[in-house]
Amino acid sequence: MTAPALKLTDLHKSFGPAKIIQGVNLEIEKGERHAIIGPNGAGKSTLFNLISGQFWPTSGSVELNGQDISRMKPHEVNRRGLSRSFQVSNVFTNMTVRENVRCGVLYSMGHGYSFWRNVGNLREVQEKTSAILEHVGLIDKANLPAALLPYADQRTLEIAITIAGGAGVILLDEPTAGMSHSETDRAVALIEKATEGKTLIIVEHDMGVVFGLADRISVLVYGEIIATGRPEEIRGDPRVREAYLGDENLEGVA
Amino acid sequence: MSDMATENFANLAPSNAQKFRMRVLPFVLFAAVAVLIPLFGPSRSAYSLLNAIGINIVFALSYNMLLGRAGLLSFGHAVYFGLGGYAALHAMGMIENADGGFWGSVPVFAMPLVGFAGGALAGAVIGWPSCRRAGTAFAMISLGVAELIAAMGFMFGSIFGGEEGISGDRMNGPEVFGLSLGPIGEVYWFIAFWTVLAALLIFAFTRTPLGRMSEATRDNPQRVEFVGYDPTRVRYLVFIAAGGFAGLAGGMSAVNYEIFTPEALSLLPSGFVLIMTYVGGARYFAGPVLGAIVLTYMQSNLSDFTEAWLLYLGLLFITIVMYAPNGLAGIVAGLWNGTRATGMAYLKTWAARVVAIAIAMVGVIVLVEVAVRKSNGYGEVFEPFGLHLTPGSPLTWALVIVPLIVGLGLLRHLARDEQEAGA
Amino acid sequence: METVVFSLLNGVIYGLLLFMLSSGLTLIFSMMGVLNFAHASFYMLGAYFAYTISSVSGFWLALIFAPILVGLVGAATERWGLRKVHANGHVAELLFTFGLAYLIDEVVKIIWGRNSVDYRVPELLDFPLFTLYGTQYPAYRIFILFVAVAMLVALWLLLKRTRAGLIIQAALTHPEMVGHLGHNVPRIFMTVFGVGCALAGLAGVIGGNYLVTDPAMAISIGPIVFVVVVVGGLGSLEGAFIASLLLGLLQTFAVSIDASFADIFGWLGLGETTEVGRITIASLAPMLPFLMLVLILMVRPRGLMGDRDI
Repeated sequence: MTAPALKLTDLHKSFGPAKIIQGVNLEIEKGERHAIIGPNGAGKSTLFNLISGQFWPTSGSVELNGQDISRMKPHEVNRRGLSRSFQVSNVFTNMTVRENVRCGVLYSMGHGYSFWRNVGNLREVQEKTSAILEHVGLIDKANLPAALLPYADQRTLEIAITIAGGAGVILLDEPTAGMSHSETDRAVALIEKATEGKTLIIVEHDMGVVFGLADRISVLVYGEIIATGRPEEIRGDPRVREAYLGDENLEGVA
Repeated sequence: MSDMATENFANLAPSNAQKFRMRVLPFVLFAAVAVLIPLFGPSRSAYSLLNAIGINIVFALSYNMLLGRAGLLSFGHAVYFGLGGYAALHAMGMIENADGGFWGSVPVFAMPLVGFAGGALAGAVIGWPSCRRAGTAFAMISLGVAELIAAMGFMFGSIFGGEEGISGDRMNGPEVFGLSLGPIGEVYWFIAFWTVLAALLIFAFTRTPLGRMSEATRDNPQRVEFVGYDPTRVRYLVFIAAGGFAGLAGGMSAVNYEIFTPEALSLLPSGFVLIMTYVGGARYFAGPVLGAIVLTYMQSNLSDFTEAWLLYLGLLFITIVMYAPNGLAGIVAGLWNGTRATGMAYLKTWAARVVAIAIAMVGVIVLVEVAVRKSNGYGEVFEPFGLHLTPGSPLTWALVIVPLIVGLGLLRHLARDEQEAGA
Repeated sequence: METVVFSLLNGVIYGLLLFMLSSGLTLIFSMMGVLNFAHASFYMLGAYFAYTISSVSGFWLALIFAPILVGLVGAATERWGLRKVHANGHVAELLFTFGLAYLIDEVVKIIWGRNSVDYRVPELLDFPLFTLYGTQYPAYRIFILFVAVAMLVALWLLLKRTRAGLIIQAALTHPEMVGHLGHNVPRIFMTVFGVGCALAGLAGVIGGNYLVTDPAMAISIGPIVFVVVVVGGLGSLEGAFIASLLLGLLQTFAVSIDASFADIFGWLGLGETTEVGRITIASLAPMLPFLMLVLILMVRPRGLMGDRDI
C-alpha cells in the first residue's frame, strides 16, 4: 500500500477572523484525476495556495507522497514533484514561447542555478523543451514572444510550463476559463494527453469539463468538503444539489 | 549586443547568420575598435579619458546585471567597486613588498581578478540580508548598507587609509604581455583587455541558466517559484556576480589611478553608475556601454567648461526618465527601426525634434550659466561668442525666454503631429 | 542623570523631526506607491525658503508660508513630472524623484551658494527656558517640540475626522482600493504629494535653524529618513513613528556616551591603542541607523510594523 499522492488532513486556514478553509480532509490516489468544484468564494483558490506552499495552513497538514509539505515554500514543494498553473495567465511575457517552457525544464534537468553553461548549448534541455512544445502543439509558435500569443494559446503555454518540470502531481486552476466551446474541447483533450499517468487536481467551473475529465469530484462549500465521490455519485447527491448545483446544470451534462 | 527579448523579434528561429550578427559581430567590432584606437596616436589626456571610459563600461555593465536584468534598483553599487579596488590596492602593496614567495609571482596585470574576488565576497556578505526583499525595499536597503560601509571606510584607517585613502604602485611584480604598465599607453592595453573580457563574460552570463532565470524573476517572481526556483536565491546569486564584476572594475581603477579613497564607496559614485546605466538604456545590453562612454566624456569635458555640469546631468537624467525610458540605446534603436519602417519621413520628424531640443537648450544653458556666475559673486560674466550677458541685461532674458518658448512650442507641435498621424 | 534627561529631551525632539519627514514619506508611499527620493530635498527647500522669507519679514511668516510654498512646489512636481512617469511603473517614479533630488541640490547651490546660510533662531525664542542641573535649556527646542506635537495632532485629526483622511486611511491598509477611487485619483495624488512635501518643508523650517542650513543637509538626513520608513515597515505610520523616536533617542544617547570599545570590551583583552579599541560609541552614532536597518532586516524583514510585502 503506497502513500496517496496527496493527503490533506484537517486543514484550516484563517486570515485574521475570516475562516476560509475549515477542516478539509482529502486523499487523492496516484494517477487519479480529481476535480474540485464549488460556488465562488468557497475557498478553492485558497486551497490550491495551501497545497502549493503559497500560504501556510493555520493548522492541519498537507502530505505529498507521504511527506509533509505544509511548511514548505513553493519552490521546495515544486522540487518534490508538485506543479501548478494559475487562474490568470501567468507566463513570462518578455520571453518567447520556447524560453518560457525552457524555464520550466531547467531546474528538473539539474541546471538549477548554474552560470557556467550556455542555455543554448544544453542539448537535453533543448530536446526536452521541443518535445513538450510538440506535445502541446505550440512548436509552430515556439519563437513568438509569449505576450503576442492569442488567449487560448497562452492558457496552453501555462499548462506546458506546468508540466515541463516533470512533476507527478499537477494542479490546474480553471484551465478553460474564458475559452470558447471549441477551445475548451481542445484544452480538455490537451489536459488528458499532457497529464497521462500523472495525478491531476483541477479546479473548474465548466461542469462539462469536470464531469468529462474527473475520476472523482469533491465539492467545496464555505471551506468544507461536503461530498467526495465519482461523478455519478456527486450528480445524485442531494446535499450537493441543494448546496451548489442547480438541477438544470446537471441535466445538461447527463 | 542588442536585447533579443525586447524588440526585433523574428517569427522564425534566429538563423546562424542572425546569431552571428547579434551576438558575435558586436564584440568583434568592439574589440577591433579597442585595438585600432592606439593607431591614431591619442594624446595623454585622450588615453586617460579612454581608460576612465573602459573602467566605467565594466562598472555600468555590472550594474545593469542588477537593474536591467534582475530588476533590482541599487543605490549602493559603488560599495563593491570600492571594496574591489581596495582589495586590489592591498594586493599591489603585497606585490611591492614581496620578497619572492606567492605575491612575488603575481602580476599587477591580474589585479582585476583580486578586485572581482573582493567585490564578490562583499556581495556575498551584504547581499544576504539585502536580497530578502525586492522592489522599493531593496533599493532603500542598498542605500542604507552603502552609507554604513562608507562610514566604516572613514573609521578604519588601516584598511581604508582615512581621508587620504591608500595608494599603490603598479610598476611592480612580473610583467604580462611585456607590459610594464608604466606609461599610460601601456595601461590602455591593460584596460582594453579587461574591458573586452568583462563585457564578454557579462554577456555570456545573460545566456546561462542563472542569467535567464534572473530575467524570469524580474518579470514574474511568483511563476519562478513554481518552476522550482527560489527568487531570493536567484537574486542573491546575481547580486554576488554583479558585485564581482563591479569589483573587477574597481581593480582596473586601482591599477589605473593607483589610489582609492573612502569617497569611492559613497553614494555619489553609486548614483553616477545608476545614471550612466539608465541614461544609456537598461533594457539593452549595449545601453550601459553607450551610457558609460557618453557620460564619462561629459564628465571629463563638461566639468572643465561649467561648474553646473551636475545640474545638466540631473536635467539629462530627468528628461530621459520622462521622455525616453529606454535610454540612448532605445533612441538609437527607435531611430533605426523607424527609419527602416517608414523611411525618410521618420528621419525628418526626428531631425526636427533634435533642432527643437537644441533651441530650447540654448535658453536653459544661458539661464544656468548666467545664474551660476551671479551666484559665485566674483563678478564674472557669461560671454559666449563675444556676447556680454549680465543678469540685468534684457538681451540675456531674451536669450532665455525666446529659445525656451520656441523650442518647447516646436516640440509640442511635433508631438501633436505625431499623435494625429498615429490616430 | 543630567545626561539622561537632556538626551531624552533632545532625542525626542530629533525623533519628532524625523517623524515629520517620515510621515509625509509614508503618506505618499501608501497612496501612490512612490518612494519619494527627493523628500529630504523638500526638507532642505523648506529651510532655505524660511531663511529667505525670515530675512525679509521675520520668522513667523516664514513658519506659515515656507511650508505652503514647498507644498506648492511638490504639487507642481507631481502634476507636471511624476504623473507623466506614472505609466512606466514604480521604478521609473523612484528614479524620477532621484533625479529631482539631484536637481534641487544643484539649484539650491546656485541660488543660495555652496556654504551654509545664516538661518537663525528667532530672537523671540532665543533665550534659555529653564535651568536644569546647572545647564540652561534653549527655549527654541521646546518650541520645536510644540510645533511637532501640534503637527502630530493635526495629522491625527485630518486622518480621523475628514473624508480625505478616511480615504487615506483606507489606502494605508488596502492599497489596492486606491484604484477604485474614480475620476479624482489624480487630484488626490497631487494633494497627498503636496501635503507630504509641505510636512517635510515644515520640518525644514523648524529644523534648519536648529541643526544647519546648507546644501548638504538633504543628503545627510535623507538616508536616515529612508532607514526610518524601512525599519518601521514601509507604509505604516505607526511604524514610522516608533522608528523615528527610537532612532532619535538611540542616536542622541550614543553621542553623549564617551566610552570607547576598549572601555567596554577591555575585559575581553581589547587594548586602548588598537584601532577597534579606540572607536568611541559617540563616533558610531552616525552609523547607528544603518546598523539598526541591517539588524531589523535579519530579524524581521518586513520592518517593525509592516504587514505588507512589497
